[in-house]
Amino acid sequence: MVYEARSGHVGGSLGATELVVALYYHLMKHDPCNPGWEGRDRFVLSKGHCTPVLYAVLADCGYFPLEDLKRFRRPGAHLQGHPYQPKTPGVDASTGTLGLGLSTGLGMALAAKLKKQTHYCYILCGDGEIQEGQIWEAAMFANKYKLNNVIAFVDRNYQQSDGYSEAIMPMDPLNIKWESFGWRVYDIDGHDLNEIIKTVEDAKASERPVMIIAKTVKGKGISFMENEAKWHGTPPGKEDYEKAMEELQYGV
Amino acid sequence: MEYKQTRQGYADGLIEAGKEFPELVVLDSDVAKATRTADFQAVYPDRFFNCGVQEQNMMSVAAGLALEGFLPFASTFGVFATCRAGDQLRNSIAYPKLNVKVGATHCGISTGGDGASHQANEDIAIVRSFPNMTILVPGDYEEARQATIAAARYSGPVYLRFGRDTYPVVTSIHGPFVIGQGKWLREGPDVSIISTGIMVHEALVAAEILSEEGFSATVLHLPTVKPIDVESVVQAARRGGCVVTCEEHSIIGGLGEAVAAILSELHPCMMARVGVMDRFGESGTAGELLDKYGLRAKDIVLAAKKIML
Repeated sequence: MVYEARSGHVGGSLGATELVVALYYHLMKHDPCNPGWEGRDRFVLSKGHCTPVLYAVLADCGYFPLEDLKRFRRPGAHLQGHPYQPKTPGVDASTGTLGLGLSTGLGMALAAKLKKQTHYCYILCGDGEIQEGQIWEAAMFANKYKLNNVIAFVDRNYQQSDGYSEAIMPMDPLNIKWESFGWRVYDIDGHDLNEIIKTVEDAKASERPVMIIAKTVKGKGISFMENEAKWHGTPPGKEDYEKAMEELQYGV
Repeated sequence: MEYKQTRQGYADGLIEAGKEFPELVVLDSDVAKATRTADFQAVYPDRFFNCGVQEQNMMSVAAGLALEGFLPFASTFGVFATCRAGDQLRNSIAYPKLNVKVGATHCGISTGGDGASHQANEDIAIVRSFPNMTILVPGDYEEARQATIAAARYSGPVYLRFGRDTYPVVTSIHGPFVIGQGKWLREGPDVSIISTGIMVHEALVAAEILSEEGFSATVLHLPTVKPIDVESVVQAARRGGCVVTCEEHSIIGGLGEAVAAILSELHPCMMARVGVMDRFGESGTAGELLDKYGLRAKDIVLAAKKIML
């Protein structure tokens, strides 16, 4: 998808694959035949640049034809570089500039509380993203309104656009930060499907909003992309693409 | 003459619209007493959410509420709504065209004593440049009340602009409020004055002064700046032969430029813009600042005389 588009964010998408897969194939109540179903669980991709993983999963679930993926980031296509809810079936909220999605997800969660609905709002944030001030505004807001129907993730890959995140803007210890803002916090391996599923099931009983800090490897699964900040927003060329596909055992 | 606050019109309109729309909720960012949304809170405590001093989060939360079928009015001062939370207004609300209303008070130089940091003189310019946005700039208390109710009935993002001070009640603008429609307040062949917001009062006084001096002016009031009433603007130019715009906003990006763009393409004619020149304001009373920054009837008269043939 990113190769065809010659633009997009592949590193963060690969690192978040197990998180998105766990949600859409194991945890979320959702119906690809009825994307607007009121009772569905919501998902907000707050790290909006990682559309490749979201679109691949949505297409595989049947929200739109797999063929559409070839038109990622193309004029006239519905698959925008960053999620755009009015156009793409299955996208619950538009995001793009970092820091917006957590707040939007909280608004959706507050709406569910007001309507006495029982579904969950899952929100995926990037670790670079949470350097945005708005994230910490949202952290306070979720605590105030006791939005325990929010289960959020930080994709903690320690990489951001310009390099190693602790060098660019130190954020550790993240768990203490979120706890002190009133959230229930879990530290997990973001590539372990079973651990993700078990943690989310446990998190559903929380009386506080939940932040799951998922340790991941940016570019996971492609040897030369792993932990390389270069692959934050650089699309693979032909040679890199073929090598990556070979590693994924698709045989080019 | 009776003087009332446009922000009070907002609050009273909200309470009325709240009756009509049970899904209407109000958010504020720790300025509820100033925006007057505290009045709504007193009537509907369960439908009011004080977000604290965090305008950015408030805007995106409002977007989330709208996605789930609520009708949120997010309220704060104009500078915060458009500058501090400009990204959220653009990307969370305008771009996906969500049904969020932004109630911005303390707009314009008449915000007064707080000084330039709090005087939103560029908010219309910012919001005008966002696709999908509707911009309502009512001229007095009653029009503010009606505009608020009209915004609630309209589906889509709306920016509502109110002031801080008390302003003259201009009874001639109290017809039914239709978004996108201008109001003809006076007709005359010598010059057309086009106003928005509280400048409607000054426009009418200017027309009166001109008439005493033997000139007959048309006055067209545009409480909707976007989408602008193109047909009426062109008609105003035809009737008056030349056009003076007046707004309590920067001459950059506001009503004046919107009108100039229309007329340069459809009906070129002499034009003058009355508004805040390209500079920041300062502290003072509303009246002192409206005088000093050239937003009075006499300034409109002066501008008109320069362009009348």
